[in-house]
Amino acid sequence: MTSSLRLRAGLVSIALLAAFLGIWYLATRSTASVATMSPEYAKLMGLTATQGKSAMPGPLDVGAKLWEHLKRPFYDNGPNDKGLGIQLAYSIARVGTGYLMAVLVAIPLGFLIGMSPLLSRALDPFIQVLKPISPLAWMPLALYTIKDSSISAIFVIFICSIWPMLLNTVFGVASVRKEWINVARTLEVGTIRRAFTVILPAAAPTILTGMRISIGIAWLVIVAAEMLVGGTGIGYFVWNEWNNLSITNVIIAILLIGIVGMLLDQILARFTRMVTFPE
Amino acid sequence: MTDKFISIEGIAKRYPGSGGATTTIFENLWLSMARGEFACVIGHSGCGKTTVLNILAGLDAPSEGAVIVDGQAISGTSLDRAVIFQSHALLPWRTVLGNVAYAVSSKWRSWDRAKVKTHTQTFIDLVGLTGSEHKRPSELSGGMKQRVGIARALSITPKMMLMDEPFSALDALTRGTLQDEVRRICLQTGQTAFMITHDVDEAIYLADKIFLMTNGPGAMLAEVVENPLPRDRARTDLHRHPLYYALRNHIIDFLVTRSKTFVAEQPDHDPRNVPTVHIGKPGLTIASGSEEQQRQIRTPGTNPGLSA
Repeated sequence: MTSSLRLRAGLVSIALLAAFLGIWYLATRSTASVATMSPEYAKLMGLTATQGKSAMPGPLDVGAKLWEHLKRPFYDNGPNDKGLGIQLAYSIARVGTGYLMAVLVAIPLGFLIGMSPLLSRALDPFIQVLKPISPLAWMPLALYTIKDSSISAIFVIFICSIWPMLLNTVFGVASVRKEWINVARTLEVGTIRRAFTVILPAAAPTILTGMRISIGIAWLVIVAAEMLVGGTGIGYFVWNEWNNLSITNVIIAILLIGIVGMLLDQILARFTRMVTFPE
Repeated sequence: MTDKFISIEGIAKRYPGSGGATTTIFENLWLSMARGEFACVIGHSGCGKTTVLNILAGLDAPSEGAVIVDGQAISGTSLDRAVIFQSHALLPWRTVLGNVAYAVSSKWRSWDRAKVKTHTQTFIDLVGLTGSEHKRPSELSGGMKQRVGIARALSITPKMMLMDEPFSALDALTRGTLQDEVRRICLQTGQTAFMITHDVDEAIYLADKIFLMTNGPGAMLAEVVENPLPRDRARTDLHRHPLYYALRNHIIDFLVTRSKTFVAEQPDHDPRNVPTVHIGKPGLTIASGSEEQQRQIRTPGTNPGLSA
């Protein structure tokens, strides 16, 4: 039954994709009317005016361009012309660095806060104020203090991915079942060993869920941050291609951002499954 | 007086109530047990049975008084006092072997892996779980989970076992089997056990001494009932023993009526010298207390048809 459901769902997905591509294709077909103009004037005009081509690229244009990118993902023709692979690698490296730093801070800190009702209450107002700040609002302050645009972008990733992880770790640690703690207590297990053998495994699913939310937010934010700081990265690529008026490349970039985001989420989802225990 | 292996001396538990008032669950509670004795506590919900057990375990601290185990006042939890939890409290991310081994390696930290495993296996075999070592708690039935809980408690070879309604969540058949196992193991190892139960027959089968507690708040230990049944009693022919019904009726009467009225009827009740009830021995109904008290307390088991 499940396999047939999966098969049917797959078929519907393919049908929806085909319908979407078909409508896209039909909507971006060449328009009939072509104004007659002198060849001199035509050189100044775009293909829309001279050949009646749609201003919006169709699926075939995007496909062809994508194939071109996929053939040469890592070329480097100078600052404004790098392969998509290089741009994505820059973005992933920034997200990875900022995210890893956030993990290193948020999980130990979350553990402390979760285990100490005093710290939990004392730090709560700070967390409540800092959490809703848009990560990009930190950008000017980061640029001013760090004075390096690339590190500033990493800082922005750090600050945006820390909150879901911190809050989930605190929640996970604070809501470990009392009976499991009591088991450790009756066995005279010390605080450190208790933290690693009871609290960590019990809170791991909640912590991983926070990490999964964080990686999603980090990937959302990196595009915007790179548009601001410029230089490299997929976000910069999008903005650069917009300035080049290459809508085809913008669409390709959007597609790739989506796919990379999905992959990052899937990786974390797999980790979450690994630490989840059935009760 | 027999040696007091466990002595609860005048403990009280109070919680701050609303408006600055304090709620007293129980106070001035005295209770003692000899080494190797199996004691059951019976009382209605809210009388503080679980609190007493938690205090004995060291998971909770009394507001007043002290608990002395083996000549030493306890402070906090100890590997000498193993707890079998009502909800079995197994760590779901560990296997059967892992759960028991966690306790073993907590007690003997210097043991290597092989030694821990051999020791663990002995206790898994003891509770009849051979073959299920690598299953996780979610794959086990309720009875098997509680067996793991028992194996975990026994594996650290404690001085005493504390059980908080360990079988209440199980079906009657499984409960009976586990009662047999617990009784066999306790008799074999001479284990001192303190158990909370709501099941009168369970108490009659397992306990040497049954503590009856009145209703809370302000609960007190009303009587200690000595179990008159022979030590080699079997669960299946328990009810054929001539004193069985006298004992059972005494406990049920207490639960139905006297647990509510006891405090009002016995204003002179001395919590330090709780009367011991010997079912079937009329002359010895009350071990301590004044003559006046003796007349007020009903003497169960004096019915000629029931006493042996």
